Amino acid sequence: MCGAPDQDTLLPAGTDLTKETVLTGKVLAGGLPVGGAFVRLLDSTGEFTAEVVSSASGDFRFFARPGSWTVRALSRSGNGETALTADGPGLHKTEIAVA
Amino acid sequence: MSRQDVLVSVDWAEKNLGTDGIVFLEVDEDTTAYDGGHIPGAVKANWTTELRDPVRRDVLDKAGFEALLSSKGISNDDTVVLYGGNNNWFAAYAYWQFKLYGHENVKLLDGGRKKWELDGRALTTDVVERPATTYTAKDADNSIRAFRDEVVDAINTKNLVDVRSPDEFSGKILAPAHLPQEQSQRPGHVPSAINVPWSKAANEDGTFKSDEELAELYGEAGLDGSKSTIAYCRIGERSSHTWVVLRELLGHGDVKNYDGSWVEYGSLVGVPIELGDGR
Repeated sequence: MCGAPDQDTLLPAGTDLTKETVLTGKVLAGGLPVGGAFVRLLDSTGEFTAEVVSSASGDFRFFARPGSWTVRALSRSGNGETALTADGPGLHKTEIAVA
Repeated sequence: MSRQDVLVSVDWAEKNLGTDGIVFLEVDEDTTAYDGGHIPGAVKANWTTELRDPVRRDVLDKAGFEALLSSKGISNDDTVVLYGGNNNWFAAYAYWQFKLYGHENVKLLDGGRKKWELDGRALTTDVVERPATTYTAKDADNSIRAFRDEVVDAINTKNLVDVRSPDEFSGKILAPAHLPQEQSQRPGHVPSAINVPWSKAANEDGTFKSDEELAELYGEAGLDGSKSTIAYCRIGERSSHTWVVLRELLGHGDVKNYDGSWVEYGSLVGVPIELGDGR
């Protein structure tokens, strides 16, 4: 996904946001985007669910389901995590600060 | 097999870049990753176009595997070090195919691209050319490959290890959460399967957990080491990761990878499927 544009605007064709629960966000270090970070989606018990690499603009995206999630980023700029709750289908946005 | 026969560390790899007789081969889920920077001297195999049959759903046949390795400049006596992104999923899948066709000297880079990148080790975009070889494969060793009927027969008799995420296992979702959710199969799992997500076998940096941690993990999950085992996931790469753990690292005798996995099983008419967490 290197160099991918802001993933808000790049959902795959056919993505139905009335049915799919999509989590998107940005990895930031000191307010600047971090590309190439390893972003892990953890479920409410802390169990690993999926992992993606952030784009050059720091963006990442997961297809999940409603519920409580933690997104955790590992990068050369440091690690960080953010909890979020998706209360239903649609686009859910977040940010992860790494340090 | 033991750990040092199967895995190489990033330190070892860095010291052996450019060593005659050692070929680094990158296999990624994201098939563009190599082009953005790869381990110096490494060649690439594209799993979507090179590591599976171009027409039907299958691994390469023997002639196809021979042609691929010949074109990559890999000889029968080379040591091949496989690595890739996404915690070596597809590198593990390639490792399993190398074993299927009898290549003895094949290893996985412990931690793969992730560990290499997090350590800040060198990546290059230099074009790598290796002169073609004439590679000769052995006949496919189907003692490490499970087919669908064996999976049905294994219900309540062999260990079935479903290595997908808990939500895929229980039937809540059909694909890992970084992929769109396809709808062509029925959700759920093979009855009597235990759910040990592949990720439990790996550390956060992509390296494999220690043998002691791995033995404890599968023991606590109820895997009976005296029985034969079939591992499966969705399309057969995450289960290759677990196949490497059970057969190559822990040394269990009869372990097969069911590469048809849930995309096949969940599409079969009339086979038993279980929903829920299985416990």
